[in-house]
Amino acid sequence: MATVELTFTALPAHVRTARLVATAIARRTGVAEELLDEVRLAVGEACSRAVEAHRLHCPAEPVRIDLRDDGGRFEVTVTDSAPSEDVKPDLTEPNGGAIPEMAGLGIAVIAGLADEVEVSPGPKGMRIRMSWPASPNGLTVV
Amino acid sequence: MDLKLDHHSEDNLTIVDVEGEIDVYTAPRLRELLIDLVNKGNFHLLVNMEKVDFLDSTGLGVLVGGLKRVRAHDGSLELVCTQERILKIFRITGLTKVFGIYASVEEAKEAHGRDK
Repeated sequence: MATVELTFTALPAHVRTARLVATAIARRTGVAEELLDEVRLAVGEACSRAVEAHRLHCPAEPVRIDLRDDGGRFEVTVTDSAPSEDVKPDLTEPNGGAIPEMAGLGIAVIAGLADEVEVSPGPKGMRIRMSWPASPNGLTVV
Repeated sequence: MDLKLDHHSEDNLTIVDVEGEIDVYTAPRLRELLIDLVNKGNFHLLVNMEKVDFLDSTGLGVLVGGLKRVRAHDGSLELVCTQERILKIFRITGLTKVFGIYASVEEAKEAHGRDK
């Protein structure tokens, strides 16, 4: 098992960096090429949500990402330090009308993209763990 | 890749060309442009996303916000997009039912003309 940890100040400009790092490590871990876009988007969504939460509640605290190569799975955990309510995905209205409230859309997108997702809200922050299948030995060409 | 924005009017339609990444960092610029266009009386917008490399839910929020604004003036906000990676996020969120999505600017202009 190999781990990369990344912490960054809660600034929107850093979310792109987090996406790039996650995608690079996913590729190296052996996540299939066609899944890399999903990794990039899901990790971006989780980091965007964390950055927004920190800017509201604790702008000085960094956001943390752990990227793990764990026995044939690529696992990403994004942890924030902002108190969170239980955010439920709020998609289109039953008649397919416009979305009245966009909050929670990011998590809905993650749920639609990641192979496995676990969202753990809590008074001290939210943890979003997501994972995708990877080749057991990572990329052979390194 | 940063976000590049450009726009021009053709007949009654304002075409907004977007290039690059629309995310939590860059989306505010797109939001400002859409608000500015609506404030200046452009109520029929066509957002060309063919050169967009990345779109997240922040970007979706901006597009939905723009749609709400133009609809308040009986206007329209439609999209040009053929990239599967971008269309996927519209499908996941059910927004394919909310936006008119066309394969080309020409196709969108034809459809827009028919509605007149």
